[in-house]
Amino acid sequence: MHEPLDPSKKQDQRKSPTGRDFNLVGKPFRRVDGRAKVTGQTRFADDLSFPRMVHMKLVRSTVPHARIVDIDLSEAEKMPGVLGFLTGESMPNPFGILPVSQDEHALCVDKVRFVGDPVVAVAALTEEQAYEASLAVKVEYESLETIATVEEAVATPEPRIHDYGDEGNLHKKLSMQFGDTDAGFEEADEIFEDVMYFEGNTHLPMEQHATVALTEEVDRVTVYSSTQTPHYLHRSLTKVLELPASRIRVIACPNGGGFGGKSDPFNHEVCAAKMALKLGRPVKISLSREEVFYCHRGRHPVLMKIRTGVKKDGTLTSQHLQTALDGGAYGSYGVASTYYTGALQTVTYNLPKYRFDSIRAFTNKAPCGPKRGHGTPQPRFAFEVHLDKIAHSLGLDPAEMRMQQLVPADSVTSNWLKVGSMGLGKCIEAVVEGSGWKERHGNLPEGHGLGLACGSYLSGAGLPIYWNHMPQSGVQLQLDRSGGVALFCGETEIGQGSDSVVAAITAEVLGIDLKDIRLCVADTDLTPVDLGSYSSRVTLMAGNAALQAAERARDLVAKGAAKKLEVPANELVFAEGRVFHGENPEVGMTWQEAVIEAESRFGTLGTTGSYIPPRSPGRYRGAGVGPSPAYSYSAAVVETRVDPETGVYRVEHVWMAHDVGQCINPAMVMGQIEGSVYMGLGEAMMEEQVYRRLPKKRSNALVHKHPSMLEYKSPTFADMPGVTSYIIEDPDPNGPFGAKEVGQGPLLPMMPAVANSIFDAVGVRVDQVPIAPHMIRQAIEARDKGKEARFGPKKFPEVDFGTPLRVPTPEEGGDGKAINIEEAGVREGTGTMTERKDAVKGGE
Amino acid sequence: MDSQDQKAGEHQQVFRLLNVNGEPHQTGFSVHHSLLEVLREQLNLTGTKHGCELGECGTCTVLIDGQPVLSCLELAAECEGREITTVEGMMNGNDLHPLQEAFADLGAAQCGYCTPGILVTAKALLEENPEPTRDEIVSALAGNLCRCTGYHKILEGIEWAAAKMRGDNDYTPPKEAIYGDPLPGEGGSHA
Repeated sequence: MHEPLDPSKKQDQRKSPTGRDFNLVGKPFRRVDGRAKVTGQTRFADDLSFPRMVHMKLVRSTVPHARIVDIDLSEAEKMPGVLGFLTGESMPNPFGILPVSQDEHALCVDKVRFVGDPVVAVAALTEEQAYEASLAVKVEYESLETIATVEEAVATPEPRIHDYGDEGNLHKKLSMQFGDTDAGFEEADEIFEDVMYFEGNTHLPMEQHATVALTEEVDRVTVYSSTQTPHYLHRSLTKVLELPASRIRVIACPNGGGFGGKSDPFNHEVCAAKMALKLGRPVKISLSREEVFYCHRGRHPVLMKIRTGVKKDGTLTSQHLQTALDGGAYGSYGVASTYYTGALQTVTYNLPKYRFDSIRAFTNKAPCGPKRGHGTPQPRFAFEVHLDKIAHSLGLDPAEMRMQQLVPADSVTSNWLKVGSMGLGKCIEAVVEGSGWKERHGNLPEGHGLGLACGSYLSGAGLPIYWNHMPQSGVQLQLDRSGGVALFCGETEIGQGSDSVVAAITAEVLGIDLKDIRLCVADTDLTPVDLGSYSSRVTLMAGNAALQAAERARDLVAKGAAKKLEVPANELVFAEGRVFHGENPEVGMTWQEAVIEAESRFGTLGTTGSYIPPRSPGRYRGAGVGPSPAYSYSAAVVETRVDPETGVYRVEHVWMAHDVGQCINPAMVMGQIEGSVYMGLGEAMMEEQVYRRLPKKRSNALVHKHPSMLEYKSPTFADMPGVTSYIIEDPDPNGPFGAKEVGQGPLLPMMPAVANSIFDAVGVRVDQVPIAPHMIRQAIEARDKGKEARFGPKKFPEVDFGTPLRVPTPEEGGDGKAINIEEAGVREGTGTMTERKDAVKGGE
Repeated sequence: MDSQDQKAGEHQQVFRLLNVNGEPHQTGFSVHHSLLEVLREQLNLTGTKHGCELGECGTCTVLIDGQPVLSCLELAAECEGREITTVEGMMNGNDLHPLQEAFADLGAAQCGYCTPGILVTAKALLEENPEPTRDEIVSALAGNLCRCTGYHKILEGIEWAAAKMRGDNDYTPPKEAIYGDPLPGEGGSHA
């Protein structure tokens, strides 16, 4: 008999799979926003309207790299309904998500850097009038040389797209060496080397970005927006508008999907606020789908060279990874993305020595940034395909080879990441067993194959984006005689279920019904700061803050009830809306009565909780990217059928196991696993954000190949295979009730597992994604001609990475610090954030 | 207003009595406005969403005379005298429609943005075909994109709702859809 899902029905008494006895945690319940979302009541940013509201449009650059010579508003000013314009000089302060990359302007000041870069904002009475006026704005450009690719950026240091960055058109260049990698390669019996490519792709949230800004005072503005990071938007607005942070209110509306695409502060958000302050009227902007493709901040295209020393039994002795990221026109999260293309290589399998070199290039294309998995799916693809090749070459079983060298729980990796719980072994066992791997892999008929791959992801980044000692998440609870609990938290609901997670954790501790909790979230005026919905950080960080606030509230209420009941407070149990003596449940009272006792004794009741992650042991520059309070683990087996005649293939089934630590709500965990499988399949098979060059006579411009949903292919209902999902619960001491992330991790194994399954099916390698049928065909044709049975990139660009920053590993007796800071020309410190105290104040 | 009276830059206005969710609405709008624009901007029925406004994503689907239609491609001026149903018209009083109930319970709505379009499409399907096969559901919904769920919860939700609507109250969604599959070797401890 199936358990009732409606929490109003009798609670199912089944224990969680870890055998722990919870009221609510670990059991399926209806999301707290479930009813609103199925009735159309959820108010997304574009659903808001206010009296006297006007509409804004942005005039975007039609050329990829040019100096702005003239902006002519004369025709546009005469258009019906037009109320006002903004141009770049009215907002001279630059902004950007990372303190080290403050390289964006609300509107371009002197030059444009990609097709889609905004130049003018125009407001009018209706959206249509604003649009028509935007077409009448004339911008004269003087074209500059464009840079299309990483190779071009390496070869063309001048002219620079930006006047900052590590050198020429390289935004970032880094080289780090953990341990004596040369000695590691010498220990190896064989050395394997591959060059791989991961094409860029975009988030494609169903909701187009929208913002509404309104003023209440001459110097006070409220901004409603589809943002994953209201706190960072708040800081950017403070900087550009030159208003105190206390006069700016940012409210993140529920996002209609984010996936990382709404985690930068955006031009349209800043312009809407500025326009509202100019006009004194509510201003709305809703982006077109084409504009969403230009906002982008999606997956970086990354070219990778991976070289690994291996013993005959498959033991890895050393690895040298090089990555080259095509960053697009702005910094965005790019410095962090660059580090992330190397940081998490070490947390799955023992990698005793490890060297990592990387560059991120500026190019005249839409800016790349964080997409689900942020910088880690690309090297994970390279690593997992590389391992599959190694296993095949050594005659080892790919699953067995991985199992034999798992990173142990409670250990520190060669690049100084602290791993806590580690359920990858259980994940591999589940998918191997479930898929019949041992019998079927390598033994299926031609055209039919299985591929296996693994992955790991952060449950929140160990450090905030800007250096500070304050909590990364906070929760405030307010209790009163009604028995209701108001929960205030800065977390942002982007569909992942964060509202339900903080509510469930609070309800669990207080033993009350979810319906008795009222949420106020993502409002910088009213809620404690939470850094945002990115890095899979909310369940762990906001969850821990909620846990602390709820435990404090429980203690207060327990004291009130204990006095009345004449039993020790620490012997009281909170469950099913009652507060009672653990040994004698008859002695008790309702939750509401207990709150009344506490309010009578202590006055108005409120508690707070906050969360700061534990300090990571790494002390070298770059150690700020990679640490997390807990790592999730995933393993996948993919079954694929390939038609060798055409290269057309179909993924028929996916087995996915994910170590989530502890489910807060298994139904929601399942949704995240299935959603990750889906998005990973899209990236493996079809999704790509690509550009084409216009002919020389037509400006030689690089334009987006297909900024439309019809041409940007993403999987439909008909493309989705069956998925067998295994939830592995290996509770982590740092997670609330042991919970770790689930929103991003299960995406990671998908791309390499698909590539590996194609090899098992037809015996050829496609070393890049997305994998198109013609690539498989070309690899088969190459094989038939006696050439290498492979399709993929051939070489990595020639880059002088200089002397790497040398960091001895824990095994070598290191202390987490680099030993050649001066020689490597690297500043001291740990990471990508500025370490200036004034960075805290806002904006910078 | 006659089109001859138009000023430069203005558009011909039309007035239509639209029947939405069983209620008559007197509306006036520019002749080229889509049904999507009129629903959201004139009638404040913001439950219907837009994802592309070019007929590519299915998010704006509403029912016209019981059939799913992309409201971004439908001229509102042509909708007089037709029954328009949006997600706001699905509830029965304060009670959710079985589809809404199933979607909410299973987590078939994550961000919820594509949900209204999918719900009304599924409603049309189940009214025509009370016991659709999985393939029939997939084919009915192949024009609706969802970026969050991976589609499985939606399919399971529709099958659950279909059972409820047929009066089959013993039907339950597969347990593994909620708890994951039993781990191999643990003898199906989840079963």
